[in-house]
Amino acid sequence: MIHFLMKRLLSIIPVLLGISLLLFFMLRMLPGDPAQVLAGQMASPEDVRIIRIQMGLDQPLYIQYGVFLKRLVHLDLGVSARTQNPVIQEIWARLPNTILLALCAITLACLFGIPAGVVAAIRPYSWIDYLVTLASLFGISMPVFWLGLMLMIVFSITLQWLPAGGIGTWKHLVLPSITLASFVVAFIARMTRSCMLEVLSQDYVTTARSKGLKEKVIIVKHALKNALIPIITVVGLQFGLLLGGAVLTETVFAWPGLGRLIVDSILARDYAMIQGSILIFGLLYTLVNLLVDMTYAFVDPRVRYD
Amino acid sequence: MNRSEPPLLSVRNMITSFHTHDGIVNAVNGIDFDIFPGETLGLVGESGCGKSVTAMSVLRLLNPSSATTLGEVIFKGENLLDMTPEKMRLIRGSEISMIFQEPMTSLNPILTVGEQIAESLRLHEKLDQEKAWEKAVQMLKLVQIPSPEIRAGQYPHKLSGGMRQRAMIAMALCCSPCLVFADEPTTALDVTIQAQIIRLLDHLKKGSNMSVVLITHDLGVIARMAARVVVMYAGKVVEEAPVVPLFHDPRHPYTRGLLNSIPVLKNDGQTRLTEIPGIVPNLLHMPEGCSFHPRCSRVMDICTKKSPPMVHFMENRRAACWLVSDE
Amino acid sequence: MTDRKNVDTDQNSGDNTVSGSRGWAKLKRNRAALAGGILLLIYLLCALGAPVLFRGDPSAPDLMNSLSPPSGAYFLGTDELGRSILGRILYGARVSLLIAVGVVGVGLVIGVPVGLVSGYYGGKTDFIIQRFTDMMLAFPGFLLALALVAILGVGLKNTVISIGISMIPLYIRLVRGCVLTVKEEVYVEAARACGTRDLNIIRHHILPNVLAPIIIQTSLGMGTAILFAAGLGFLGIGVQPPTPEWGSMLGSARAYMMGKPHVATFPGIAIFLAVLSFNLLGDGLRDAFDPRSRI
Repeated sequence: MIHFLMKRLLSIIPVLLGISLLLFFMLRMLPGDPAQVLAGQMASPEDVRIIRIQMGLDQPLYIQYGVFLKRLVHLDLGVSARTQNPVIQEIWARLPNTILLALCAITLACLFGIPAGVVAAIRPYSWIDYLVTLASLFGISMPVFWLGLMLMIVFSITLQWLPAGGIGTWKHLVLPSITLASFVVAFIARMTRSCMLEVLSQDYVTTARSKGLKEKVIIVKHALKNALIPIITVVGLQFGLLLGGAVLTETVFAWPGLGRLIVDSILARDYAMIQGSILIFGLLYTLVNLLVDMTYAFVDPRVRYD
Repeated sequence: MNRSEPPLLSVRNMITSFHTHDGIVNAVNGIDFDIFPGETLGLVGESGCGKSVTAMSVLRLLNPSSATTLGEVIFKGENLLDMTPEKMRLIRGSEISMIFQEPMTSLNPILTVGEQIAESLRLHEKLDQEKAWEKAVQMLKLVQIPSPEIRAGQYPHKLSGGMRQRAMIAMALCCSPCLVFADEPTTALDVTIQAQIIRLLDHLKKGSNMSVVLITHDLGVIARMAARVVVMYAGKVVEEAPVVPLFHDPRHPYTRGLLNSIPVLKNDGQTRLTEIPGIVPNLLHMPEGCSFHPRCSRVMDICTKKSPPMVHFMENRRAACWLVSDE
Repeated sequence: MTDRKNVDTDQNSGDNTVSGSRGWAKLKRNRAALAGGILLLIYLLCALGAPVLFRGDPSAPDLMNSLSPPSGAYFLGTDELGRSILGRILYGARVSLLIAVGVVGVGLVIGVPVGLVSGYYGGKTDFIIQRFTDMMLAFPGFLLALALVAILGVGLKNTVISIGISMIPLYIRLVRGCVLTVKEEVYVEAARACGTRDLNIIRHHILPNVLAPIIIQTSLGMGTAILFAAGLGFLGIGVQPPTPEWGSMLGSARAYMMGKPHVATFPGIAIFLAVLSFNLLGDGLRDAFDPRSRI
């Protein structure tokens, strides 16, 4: 297993290098002087000069990249042109909010998506299967931000049960979590259904039946446990969708997270901040996928021992 | 085997049909046979003749949404086909169990071998966690798996094919069932392992009053283990006889064909193995008359028109062939 | 990480596709796909027939009638500038169709050839292309589009380019996966052994087999493109007003939906139905022509 984990850890190195390269060139693809771009339009010539020296912009490109990497390793992401605060500090303040929202949403999605998929798979082509299939298609086709607005109209404006935005109590968390989960729950339900159908047709399920086990035991212990292996993978990949959705959900509900920060930074042309928050999003995504791989090793004995 | 006793299981006019896109297919088309206590019955035929479906139908393991079984399956005086699903479930694994063909895919990859045996014991024998595990280890020892304590804690992918099949056998026998269906228990294994598994089955059987239905296309296995043989073709029984008379004096041309296709060791290269010409008929488009007639070397006029009746003869033999009817 | 992302492409491999006629029969039986097809037709009709269905300028403000609820004169009501929401939705269909076609066009034109080359030639070329796609896939699709918008700037053209580029790696993976399986088929080996030129092998043997998954991906991709574009529009960094775009309509509706929920309701329904039509159709196509993948 150590070997497997080491291999996984090593495999993220090229991905991390890729992310850094993409971000490095992102700035240089913009028209104009990168130092001026980073400092913002309002910056004094002195600020621009400092940034130019800090980033080694008067040096050849490969040295610039080296400097860039070195700063990344030290988590020195520069200073926001909009707020004049260090980028990492702003990100640090927002990151827990986004993670909280994402965790709530993914938990909600699993809580509803997996049982729905299992129920659909147990009775394929029954009305309940059609219902789940149709509902998940609806979920996938629904723009998250619109769903957020509709929930807000119903539960915040009309019924006044829940706050329309902001952060604070658990009540603030309800609507954003549901909104963000809606898209992912559909994917998880679809994936669970097809994995369960696959697993339920396996020989070992027939063996389990031939032993006279209760149907509930067969479905949960013998089938679902096997189906969970691919489902976990999908949940990991869906985390990417979740992060994308977070940008929109946070905007709808004025949730002070990383997604909202990116949008604000793009609107304000605050490139140091854009670069920093996209980097963190990329890291988060990579990290989650790594975690998924590790869970994989714990769930699947075939991986654990080989 | 004691013929004076009533049969343990009687299958009467059992029909199993599958609903496919292209229509309804009768994989088992009205078969009858009996199994007596302590007896080993061989169920023989080419792949696709309905042998496995027969076993699955008796245990009601086929998916009810795609297959229906009609007729009677009387086990200890009760019709299994009429039983409530709950009652049927309690018979499975405790009174009737099954050994499957593919030891590679028939064991759950993410549960330990011991757990897969122990869960049966906890369910049917009401043993507690610890006792069930002990018994599971004992069972593994009984099927001659070396260091069973260690093996019980391992996952199936750590075991060789032969060992998995032994574990499968342990699983089927752990609750001392009175009837076991062994569906091609050796087909997926290496030849040397095959012999070991057959020896083991034979050995385990001799120590109990268990009945075994041995489903196979391998007549060598039948010769070694079975006392009586039922030959199936295209979903029907074509011949039944005790094993010695069947091998010496087969009456149905299909049985004869099967016997002729066994390689014999003293074959000096002069005599060719004869094969049965043609292929198993498509169940959707069964030939008229006797379903074997397109492949039969002794086909007569009547064979293409009318299905032959089952004829009983010599006290304990029967066959469905116009050749037999004519005699 | 690489092998896991291959999961979806492997399942989409083209060698197992059902022969055409049987697939069509299956598609016709699929009621969901039929519903998708009908929805899609309505959508296309709205997009192409917008000038006929709605006379007048959908972007001309009429402040006297701002934020009026649905009525006889304004079937779906008006927005904050008094513009007919129905008109803007109809013209918005044109915009979203343009975006969908553009995005998938970018994805196809770049993704398919690169995927073909990557899968067919293998070796170093394949390695470099795959590392490049790995790099792009390190960002979730919508975020990649966001990052590209940050570089390129807002507007219709940049929206298409950004989303299009973010979809390229998906097409590369899909096509490459299919090619890898088709390449091992006997008839391709035979053609190669006969000395057929690579280009001809790709055109006559490989491309036809990869076609079904590409068509399926195109249908689903158009839905995603509409969804992404609406998302960017909603955030204010996509298509800019006064161009009627569904996402930006919702974006500006946010401020007024407190008392006038209709401004936020109808554009969302339009997005939902358009995306749903592509998803229903794509699902149906996949069931009919590519039965191995069922996600």
